[in-house]
Amino acid sequence: MTKYTFLGLIILIVITFMVRLLSLQLNNDEYLRKSENNAVMTVYDYPDRGLIYDRNNTLLASNRLYYNLVVVMEKTRSFDTLTLCKLTDISKEKLKMKMREATRFSVRLPYVIESQISKSKYALLQEKMWQFSGFSITKNSLRDYKIHSAANILGYLSEVNENDLKKDAYYHLGEQIGRRGIEKSYEKYLRGARGEKFFQKDKFNRIIGSYKNGKFDIEPSISKDIYLTIDIELQKYGEEIMKNKRGGIVAIEPSTGEVLSMVSAPSFNPNLLIGRKRNANYKLLANDSIAKPLFDRATQAVYPPGSPFKVVNALIGLQEGVIRPQTTFSCYGGFYYTPYRFMRCHCGQVENNLLSAIYKSCNTFFGKTYTRILDKYPTSSEGMDNWAKYLRSFGLGNYLGYDLPSGQRGLVPTSKYYNRVYGEKKWRTVTTISNAIGQGEILTTPIQLANLTAAIANRGHFYTPHFVKKIDENSIDNRFKKKDIPIDEKHFETVINGMFNVVKNGTARNAQIPGIEVCGKTGTVENFIKLKGKKVQLTDHSIFIAFAPKEDPKIAIAVFIENGYWGARWASPIASLMIEKYLNKTISRKELEDRMLEGSLLEEYAKPFSNKPFTINE
Amino acid sequence: MNKFYKLDSLILIIYFLLVCIGFIAIYSSSYNNSSTIFSLNSLAGKQLFFFIISLIICFILSYFNFKEFIKHSNLYYITSIFLLIGVFIFGTTISGSTSWYKIGGFSFQPAEFAKVTTALYISKILSGYNANLNNLKGQVTIFSIIIIPVILIILQPDPGSAIIFFAFLLPLLRAGLSYVYFIIPIGLITIFILSLLLPMYNLMLGASIFLFIVYLFFFFTNKKRKYFFLKLIIGIVSTCAVVYSTNYIFNNVFEQRHRDRFNIILGKQYDVRGIGYNINQSKIAIGSGGIEGKGYLQGTQNKGNFVPEQSTDYIFTNISEEWGFFGSILVIILFSILIARIVLLAEKQKDKHNLFFGYSLAAILFFHFTINIGMTLGLLPTVGIPLPFISYGGSNLLIFSIFIFTFLYKIR
Repeated sequence: MTKYTFLGLIILIVITFMVRLLSLQLNNDEYLRKSENNAVMTVYDYPDRGLIYDRNNTLLASNRLYYNLVVVMEKTRSFDTLTLCKLTDISKEKLKMKMREATRFSVRLPYVIESQISKSKYALLQEKMWQFSGFSITKNSLRDYKIHSAANILGYLSEVNENDLKKDAYYHLGEQIGRRGIEKSYEKYLRGARGEKFFQKDKFNRIIGSYKNGKFDIEPSISKDIYLTIDIELQKYGEEIMKNKRGGIVAIEPSTGEVLSMVSAPSFNPNLLIGRKRNANYKLLANDSIAKPLFDRATQAVYPPGSPFKVVNALIGLQEGVIRPQTTFSCYGGFYYTPYRFMRCHCGQVENNLLSAIYKSCNTFFGKTYTRILDKYPTSSEGMDNWAKYLRSFGLGNYLGYDLPSGQRGLVPTSKYYNRVYGEKKWRTVTTISNAIGQGEILTTPIQLANLTAAIANRGHFYTPHFVKKIDENSIDNRFKKKDIPIDEKHFETVINGMFNVVKNGTARNAQIPGIEVCGKTGTVENFIKLKGKKVQLTDHSIFIAFAPKEDPKIAIAVFIENGYWGARWASPIASLMIEKYLNKTISRKELEDRMLEGSLLEEYAKPFSNKPFTINE
Repeated sequence: MNKFYKLDSLILIIYFLLVCIGFIAIYSSSYNNSSTIFSLNSLAGKQLFFFIISLIICFILSYFNFKEFIKHSNLYYITSIFLLIGVFIFGTTISGSTSWYKIGGFSFQPAEFAKVTTALYISKILSGYNANLNNLKGQVTIFSIIIIPVILIILQPDPGSAIIFFAFLLPLLRAGLSYVYFIIPIGLITIFILSLLLPMYNLMLGASIFLFIVYLFFFFTNKKRKYFFLKLIIGIVSTCAVVYSTNYIFNNVFEQRHRDRFNIILGKQYDVRGIGYNINQSKIAIGSGGIEGKGYLQGTQNKGNFVPEQSTDYIFTNISEEWGFFGSILVIILFSILIARIVLLAEKQKDKHNLFFGYSLAAILFFHFTINIGMTLGLLPTVGIPLPFISYGGSNLLIFSIFIFTFLYKIR
């Protein structure tokens, strides 16, 4: 009897142990993970972030190495405190305090005594490090922008957040990620990929050797350098000239679609968003809700395009055959587009043909052209959609597809849009007449307008604008495809002659550059804001689009100056200075340049917030 | 030499296998890149040295006349009791318990020695003509023999070794001790554990209802109905008294560290940094070993020294991590075959002394095996007792070798 009890007990215990072992070891993912957390230390090896150059190989962004003096208290022996203090430039008291802190933190783990030691001190220190057992130097690198401009293009880095972690499993907390601009859109190239080395550690978290002889180690993959299409000298000049003004400038090389410069004003020094003061600086920039320095006006601000849009309507009219270059319309200081409604015009002519209509910017001519374009079709809806199709072919009303993460669609109204606003069949062509002069529902961003200018300069095609020329040595121009506009080249020639006259005898004579044939079109755009719940009209935006030279254009440019009043007041001189700067490298019209550099619109911008009644357009 | 071939080969083979496994595991658990197996400075080297010593001593033992030898079992027993008392005067204190003699570079634990001498003495008494476990005198005698070393060992304090002495209940059962004496400790342990898990009054009520049902069962199946209600009331009152006193002892007599250990085992408390650290790390190591193990010398938990005492009390953890489920099961199967073989061999003996000595040996091995592995698997509280033949430790290996060879010589 006892024999069987005993044997039974043995069997019972063996079964109990088996079941327990199985429950621990069969589905052991959790224990495996715990064991790895426990016993395996991963050390990451980050490649330096890729460098950024401009189109002329000027270095824009590099990395600065910082050295940290680190101590493992357990390994320290008595040493010459004075020498170490001298070498690192820290006081004896601070060193003692830091070492006490390190002891409190952990005697076995490294603790940072002094961070951000400069390279020169590091060189001295490194030679003498053998004297200080337990001390060592680690390095980390931070972004270093060599210029104080182009923040809206370069973007900035910040620490990864929960969202990034969810979206991309690559990232770990505490790592940096490109947050905007090139830093964001070319993150993968600039970042490379970190290497991982695995070490076996003991229960005190000390490394005691490599884990499985480095079988699982991963080599870092080197980051790539980025060469921008930006001409940094032009960019700097643009930012300089936009000082104390708000708005955007976008300059594109028409033959390739390369963006030569893209200015958003006001902007900020990209170095503000690096290092220890990053968060404080970011708050300052983000909290400026009036000037909005973080807001990229070149890609994110939508404005009505104004008079430059007349050029587009002229092209559509010609292509649709509703006007010819010789077509004339009478203008009596405007015209009645319905028996009761009058559109005013300041062209001062009695009769305009296409050429003079462009350079005199005649509202009447383009109002009538627009009406003809739409009314060519049985219904306004069909006419409208046909018109919108042309606009979309210019890249309006949608993202252009350039390689920056910021942008706006703008708006190209269609029959659908008006049906929604007014109700089906409750609107007619004349309801939308403001579109004729770029003042209606249509909205564009400066970069869209610059692209449109490039398309005109190219006589009917454009390349998707882009900001990167090469990744390392590999050109990526062919990534950005040529897009054709369904309008005949001869119509472009007609319109370009008009634009040439704008600068030669028309509204933008101050945009003339000696020796360069500039074609352009000014614009003056009414605009409104909501102030304390009321719609308030502000001083008009000053707009200018231009390209030069007339034959074989090298630069197409769009300039928006918020509340700058008429187009020729700010936008056209600024555009012409940019063109001259880019083509000639020097400015011949010093007086104009000084006026533009010194000119300020700050007073104008303060008006709506002054709590006093104010006048506009003065 | 002719004496060896008569020994039971299965037990010998398992003995050598277990020592080999132990030797391999000790080498791994104390492995760092610079150690060599045969250096006396390494734990594995020392264990090898002790193994050779053990074999030499066991070989010398083979020339003993055991018939003469066991006649003086009472002397050996008394010697071991004196050694247990002497340890309070001459002993060395290691991690809180005074249970070691230090002679030269070696330490010796009299409690280990007492296991063998008590086994010999109990076997002698049980095999005697006048042994009777059903009268009070016989019971008092036999229980005193067991209790005296237990009390001395508890005073050291070394509760782990003391618990092992309860293994002698098994040979006593074999000698005809009523099962009541077996059921009572089990019942007490059950009540003890339940009283920690359940609120006191609920438990009292539940136990009373349980007793009532049991009594009712006996009432209808048994013809003897004398004093039925009296017995029921006594049963209920004594159960409640036990529950109450358990609670009292647990909360007022036990120290916090003891309470913590029990609470962690019972899952009432989670504390992976403090007292639960050992068990948690042991479970991680065993769990991460998986079915096939991480490979010899590849155990990351082992290398990082996360599991404490991994060459002694937690040696099984090392085997489980590096050899996985299969390695663990091999050790468990070897032990269970060894113990069962000893029991079956003991049963075949005509000599009663051999029978009870075999039972004592099997029971002590069984307790060591169950408590040690149960602890590493997180099934039992952390009690510091080694796994026989496998754990590092010279005196432990020596005593168990003598124990097992004595049995083999006696039965040849």
